[in-house]
Amino acid sequence: MRAPGGPEVAVGDVLLAVENVSLSFGGVKAVSDVSFDIRKGEIRAIIGPNGAGKTSMLNIINGFYQPQQGRITFKGEARAKMRPHEAATGGIARTFQNVALFRGMTALDNIMAGRTLKMHSNFFWQLLRYGPAMREEVEHRHRVEEIIDFLKIQEIRRVPVGRLPYGLQKRVELGRALAMEPELLLLDEPMAGMNLEEKEDMSRFVLDANDYYGTTIALIEHDMGVVMDLSDRVVVLDHGIKIADGTPEEVKGNQAVIDAYLGVAH
Amino acid sequence: MGALYNILIDPFVQMGTAPDLFVQTLWEGLVGGMLYALIALGFVLIFKASGVFNFAQGIMVVFAALTLVGFHSVGVPAFLALALAIAVMFVLAWVVERAVLRPLVNQPDIILFMATFGITYFLIGFGEFVFGGDPKVMITDDLYLPKGSITYKAFGGIVSLQKLDIAAATIASIMVAGLAVFFSKTRIGRALRAVADSHSAALSVGISLEQIWVIVWFAAGLVALVTGIFWGARSDVSFALDVIALKALPVLILGGFTSIPGAIVGGLIIGVGEKLWEFYWGPLIGGGTDAWFAYVIALVFLLFRPQGLFGEKIIERV
Repeated sequence: MRAPGGPEVAVGDVLLAVENVSLSFGGVKAVSDVSFDIRKGEIRAIIGPNGAGKTSMLNIINGFYQPQQGRITFKGEARAKMRPHEAATGGIARTFQNVALFRGMTALDNIMAGRTLKMHSNFFWQLLRYGPAMREEVEHRHRVEEIIDFLKIQEIRRVPVGRLPYGLQKRVELGRALAMEPELLLLDEPMAGMNLEEKEDMSRFVLDANDYYGTTIALIEHDMGVVMDLSDRVVVLDHGIKIADGTPEEVKGNQAVIDAYLGVAH
Repeated sequence: MGALYNILIDPFVQMGTAPDLFVQTLWEGLVGGMLYALIALGFVLIFKASGVFNFAQGIMVVFAALTLVGFHSVGVPAFLALALAIAVMFVLAWVVERAVLRPLVNQPDIILFMATFGITYFLIGFGEFVFGGDPKVMITDDLYLPKGSITYKAFGGIVSLQKLDIAAATIASIMVAGLAVFFSKTRIGRALRAVADSHSAALSVGISLEQIWVIVWFAAGLVALVTGIFWGARSDVSFALDVIALKALPVLILGGFTSIPGAIVGGLIIGVGEKLWEFYWGPLIGGGTDAWFAYVIALVFLLFRPQGLFGEKIIERV
């Protein structure tokens, strides 16, 4: 747990650096000339009013969108075009704003799907469901059960996720991302639409994932209380432009941020 | 009164008085239905994983069977020809992914649907070019498929079952069971279902859509090959099969487009229904009912249960 006097700033190496990145859809600039970095082991919040380009930013980081300009360096390697499954291979996991789960599958299968990249037995053994494929299945099931315990969703593991309440779906989605054992975990509004109690639970899981697994986390969040409690550093976007970057305390007092949120004429 | 009696009562009286004929018709219906079910299964595999309604599934059945017979006719031993035909289906899956699906990714469904028309006509043209247009005979003997029939004295008469049909039913059941286990219990199976549920979520956990598409098209190709062998053995291997493959459409409407059990049960219902209707009710209206019976059933289903027997219930959230 972090001291109440203000979160300690993580001092790890830079894990991911975004430099001068721009992305537009036709004439609409979603992100323009944004630079920031994410350091190993920190919780980095990306905030901003609606339409600020936060989700676009996450989509750029995990390869859903290709920026027209700028450079992204992950684990010291600048990358050119990257496809989403390559980002996943490289150790980037994510959750989605509107929960993108495999609705017909059980919670357990959803989280097992997160292990896809860790499993290597070939098509032939898979077809026979024998030998290496079976051993692998059992081994990964162990890891998944740990995650299920960690998220306290033991009793729903056999339920198709489409039937679960929203709060639990969000939790399963987090579980699926954690099952990938990512180096960088992107959370797109993990607490959207939750009540206070659910938010507290989710905050706990995010902090614990950061502490126990040492996962670096970048999250988008609208609840300022949550952002101030959880994050080590905050980057603020507005209309696709970075307007502030710093500790929660610094950002909170920044005039440009206050203006952006309160809607002062530009 | 007489007409009503003929329609509503008499057929059932006939079923009761000649149970051997009834059982025979039922069996024929089941066998025909199984072949419909297999074709429908190929459709479902591809539809589930990529949301593409693959119009080419019918022609893939023909093409697979032609490839098998074609290799054999140039002197390749039967089982080697089978292996080669499997390899060709894999190459086809790979080419379809590369040349058709990948360039059209994120296009509306209707575009992909039209693209499968393209694949269909390409395969017809290419097939005729390579193998010629005339019907071929399936190499049943060389593949050690059983011949002849088993005759039972039962139900107050004689019921005869073709050994080939029994073999087809057995192999089809094994294949379907295998697919079911594969889909529910393995990593690749899980990935297939994942892609079916959400493309973006599947991508985010590192599933490669391209790879999955090749796998489903290959699986559908294997199903097509098995279907082609047995259908070809019952009649002969010709492009006319393609039209019969359209019967899979009412099967899918009955069973639901995304359900494997639905494809099986739907196929059997259509097969059995078609045969019984033709045999008992057909004579009343001059026969030839199997051309339209399946489609009428499908129409009724569309009116009252559009998601099919096993399809997911359609709930619109506002």
